[in-house]
Amino acid sequence: MHDVTLVVNGVPRHARVPARRLLSDFLRHDIGLTGTHVGCEHGVCGACTVLLDGRPVRACLTFAVSVAGHEVTTVEGLADGDRLSPVQRAFAECHGLQCGFCTPGFLTTVTAFLRENPAPADDEVVEAVAGNLCRCTGYQNIVKSVHRAAELMAEEGP
Amino acid sequence: MKPPSFVYHAPATVAEAVEALAAAGADGKVLAGGQSLIPLMNMRLAAPGQLVDINHVAGLGEITAEAGGVRVGALARHAEVEASETAFAAQPLVRRALRLVAHPAVRNRGTTVGSIVHADPAAEMPAVLALLGGSVRARGPEGERDIPAAEFFTGPMESSLRTGELAVSAFFPSTAGGTAIVEVARRHGDYAMAGVAALVGPDHARVACLSVGAVPVVVDVTEAQGDWARAARLVQERIEPEADIHATADYRRHLTGVLAERALKEAADA
Repeated sequence: MHDVTLVVNGVPRHARVPARRLLSDFLRHDIGLTGTHVGCEHGVCGACTVLLDGRPVRACLTFAVSVAGHEVTTVEGLADGDRLSPVQRAFAECHGLQCGFCTPGFLTTVTAFLRENPAPADDEVVEAVAGNLCRCTGYQNIVKSVHRAAELMAEEGP
Repeated sequence: MKPPSFVYHAPATVAEAVEALAAAGADGKVLAGGQSLIPLMNMRLAAPGQLVDINHVAGLGEITAEAGGVRVGALARHAEVEASETAFAAQPLVRRALRLVAHPAVRNRGTTVGSIVHADPAAEMPAVLALLGGSVRARGPEGERDIPAAEFFTGPMESSLRTGELAVSAFFPSTAGGTAIVEVARRHGDYAMAGVAALVGPDHARVACLSVGAVPVVVDVTEAQGDWARAARLVQERIEPEADIHATADYRRHLTGVLAERALKEAADA
């Protein structure tokens, strides 16, 4: 067993876990943050995407012990208190989700993407979300949501 | 599914990593980005008894210009290599090929050297290393050696790395002339059904093909003398594709011919 401390959404969180504990399970089972969803558990679906030191990674393809000490942002860390982030509001406004299972992965992926590319073209948006599967929306409203989030962020400033 | 349990080592230096690998013997595996290894473990297709995690080893993440090319350290993530101007200046094909490797979230964690060592014949980076005639630097209990790409890939997911050896870097040579890489995948970011990387220099031309053999298949097409349709036929004669659920062998052969012609043209015009 290993003592693992991660800074999750700005707060140091500790658990004693076996080396084989996936980051996705560390977040969900050990510290109770069930916002991160687990779909395929082999890196295909993107539902478990979290930000590791600000960059999107597959939580199901990362051992918690291997990233001890690093910063993780989950979907729970995107809102500012009760106020949803621009990306979250845009997804709600543009119907960028239906069942919501894939949504945490999209929100984290898009949050990091818009930080690097605040005014993306259509094909860049499609490329950015290509690693996240959604079986409900047909993606059109997700692409709209990303553009809308970019607008909101531009209006509201950093 | 969940990965099977294993004994975890987190060495701080290359020497410690080599020691841990040598002690683990055939039971040991290196964990770098884990983007190939962890899916295999989650699906219980691999169950190494001991993992040597090199993520805490200092000095393995460097991307360095060297005489005649660029050296990529074992911990350099795909995304870092893709963004590296040093790597791009030395060998632009590396960036172009990396953009075809999985998706950004996987490239943020996965390493280029790890992809090479994984030696999947359907992957882009082994083919690029083979096309360019690059090499892998390995550190083992007996010291360091450079393994040329032509000797490195020995079978599907098999390399000539010895038990107890750690791949510390890969070297991508600069080349005179143009390069290109094209592929066809069922879904963007998936492993390609077929793909071709091409290099066209002043007096030589060759391609490396993905997914049509046990290792990346390098074919010299200099004799086609710029007739890329003829070169494509030469390539089709040389490859031995297999059928799977994604494509028949004939379809792979057809695709590889089309892609070879396309890649060679693009490289010649580059």
